[in-house]
Amino acid sequence: MTRKQKRLAVIAGGMGFIAAAVLLVMFAFSQSVAYFYMPADLAKTPVAPETRIRLGGLVGEGSVVRGAGSTVEFSVTDGSANAVKVKYTGILPDLFREGQGVVTEGMFAPGTNVFTADTVLAKHDETYMPKDVADRLKQQGLWKEGQGQEAKATQ
Amino acid sequence: MIIEIGHYALVLALATALILSVVPVIGARRHDRAMMDVATIGSLAMFALVVFSFGVLTYAHVVSDFSVENVWENSHSLVPLIYKYSGVWGNHEGSMMLWLLILTLFSALVAVFGRNLPETLKANVLAVQAWISVAFTLFILLTSNPFLRLDPAPAEGRDLNPVLQDVGLAIHPPLLYLGYVGFSVCFSFAVAALLEGRIDAAWARWVRPWTLAAWTFLTLGIAMGSYWAYYELGWGGWWFWDPVENASFMPWLAGTALLHSALVMEKREALKIWTVLLAILTFSLSLMGTFLVRSGVLTSVHAFASDPSRGVFILCILLIFIGGALSLFAFRAPKLAAGGLFAPISREGALVVNNLILTVACGTVLTGTLYPLLLETLTGDKISVGPPFFNLTFGLLMAPLIVIVPFGPLLAWKRGDLLGALQRLYVVAGIAFAAALIFFYLQHGGPVLSVLGLAAGLFLVFGAVADLWYRAGIGKVAGNVAWRRLSGLSRSAFGTALAHAGLGISVLGIVAVTTFQTEYVIEMKPGETTDAGGYSLHFDGMQPATGPNYTEERGHFTIRRAGVAVADTWSAKRLYTARQMPTTEAGILTFGLSQLYVSLGDATKDGGIVVRIWWKPFILCIWGGALVMAVGGLVSLSDRRLRVGAPRRKAKAAKPVEPAMEPAE
Repeated sequence: MTRKQKRLAVIAGGMGFIAAAVLLVMFAFSQSVAYFYMPADLAKTPVAPETRIRLGGLVGEGSVVRGAGSTVEFSVTDGSANAVKVKYTGILPDLFREGQGVVTEGMFAPGTNVFTADTVLAKHDETYMPKDVADRLKQQGLWKEGQGQEAKATQ
Repeated sequence: MIIEIGHYALVLALATALILSVVPVIGARRHDRAMMDVATIGSLAMFALVVFSFGVLTYAHVVSDFSVENVWENSHSLVPLIYKYSGVWGNHEGSMMLWLLILTLFSALVAVFGRNLPETLKANVLAVQAWISVAFTLFILLTSNPFLRLDPAPAEGRDLNPVLQDVGLAIHPPLLYLGYVGFSVCFSFAVAALLEGRIDAAWARWVRPWTLAAWTFLTLGIAMGSYWAYYELGWGGWWFWDPVENASFMPWLAGTALLHSALVMEKREALKIWTVLLAILTFSLSLMGTFLVRSGVLTSVHAFASDPSRGVFILCILLIFIGGALSLFAFRAPKLAAGGLFAPISREGALVVNNLILTVACGTVLTGTLYPLLLETLTGDKISVGPPFFNLTFGLLMAPLIVIVPFGPLLAWKRGDLLGALQRLYVVAGIAFAAALIFFYLQHGGPVLSVLGLAAGLFLVFGAVADLWYRAGIGKVAGNVAWRRLSGLSRSAFGTALAHAGLGISVLGIVAVTTFQTEYVIEMKPGETTDAGGYSLHFDGMQPATGPNYTEERGHFTIRRAGVAVADTWSAKRLYTARQMPTTEAGILTFGLSQLYVSLGDATKDGGIVVRIWWKPFILCIWGGALVMAVGGLVSLSDRRLRVGAPRRKAKAAKPVEPAMEPAE
């Protein structure tokens, strides 16, 4: 091989690697990206069972039911009439509470309208709320200053 | 009063930085020594002012002066003293002060240790550092001033976020900032070189120690952050691919690439343009990390309360510095002379592959981190890109690198002998594979494919040993000759071997934990016993306790092996009273390199409690490996320091031979 051909081969190799990386990224995006929904969205456009999504909202007051072992059921609401029932097995985060914001990740079990979550994220200190939830609650005018959130809830 | 003096010192620092941004640059153009000297004195003065200002803020925190808004919001009179100190940077304003403190520290270090640098280069480097300081001092003064007062002063503070009340806060942020703010020096060197329009192997020799130091600290900082998250958050995970973690991981990847490409440039004068670009990109990623964390576009433990003006301000800093540096690069880079040639199979070739893989892998992390933000801005769709994405893309792309690493040091510069390297390494690969099989057999359970992962980790460790082995010629020459050769090897050879072996140890730990870890979530009542990871845990019962600023319910567990009590631990659920915020304090027991992790959940109706137990085999390898990498960095650095002075001594001895030392124009 001449020097020129060698150089071409090296550049082609590098480009090949980058192309492979791009394809891999696109494939991974198609496989593992979870869209964010709130209960009202689900009422409008239902999601096919076994599609991975994020479901966010407020934990319904009085909805938390502890089952056998570490299984917990609760509902996620967003002020609309469409509460979604969520089932989760595991230890809930420290900041999980009724009436507080929550984001769950998982999928609907086939043939039911129960959302089976494998991840639950919750935080509620005075300056924190899952951002996706906060944005939407503000849009819907449900954002409450106070409630453990003192003056400076600027999010 | 003292608070106002601190505030004033910060304003003075801004004024100093402004002078420092202009005068040395003009001095370098005119070859005016007096003007260039401003750089050294000014950098030291600015550092002193920022230290004073930072000291005042620390004082306000330590004496709990709640008339300062920052202290009121983030402290409490009952917080233990150590957290009063570390709480200084446990909030947005304070952490930006720490950022600035470390930035000016690096400027001062360049001013002190840069005596060997050509005058013009040094003046320009310090001026570029000052530009960054101006931007961040302005940012602090205009949007995040920690010296604002409250009138009347509240009687009690609102407490430091309980998650941050940990020694981790005292160690993790300073180390992390020493790392990624440290890359500012590389950036300044790159911009200064572009301003002068000249760059050569000597430049790489000056940049390498700074890169190495920043990289070492960043390695430690990331490892410390990972361990902190692991024991504090109570989820038993050690890496979450959280955007904030990615923000520190990307500069690490780019910095690792920079470390290797600067080596090629130093030794062979090749890859010049690429190295300069990498130096710019590495610090750009640090800046972007700062933007992601501090602007409030993301929410996480790290993102303190923030308002939009800050985000816009940092975005402007980001655009000016990255955009400016890249434009300068685009103008000047074509003028830089191309460097030495090399065959594809050579040490340089291997380092190019290393750079290709690291930057592409860094690119995928960047894509995964920014894509949700971009999509939300453009279409309003909200998505989350989680660990599955990163594990798939990053994992697959990095895999070839792990296999290639041991080959690099065995190849010669310019033209390497791949067959020779293969012959030397196939025995090593064989041993690694056999050891992986034995390891897998002893651990029983887990997918068979993981043997490959274990073998890859062991291959790295054994490969690093083999590198030193062959260099010393052990087995080929007499024992005492081999010993003499081994002890005669440069420190950087040992540094390389250590860093590569450290990577192997981390890989081994990651594969072992993901493959063999076991998790148990069960409901336990006092007096019950359960088995986990070959140990039996006896739950003795719960009892209440109080700390200085919290109350807790803690459970006591006795751990037995084959009926004999070997250890015991407390695992607690705490409630920090000032913020009414609960946290989980996991009970962690170390057995060799493995750990048993006990975390408490909610109480059940019938008097039991949900307990989550993990058996984490060889988990300490993950951070241990990072520690070994950092030690490798330090060892290599101790060699570098001697080399930094080398060109000057040589220049003195034989003046005309060292054209690199002459001022450029």
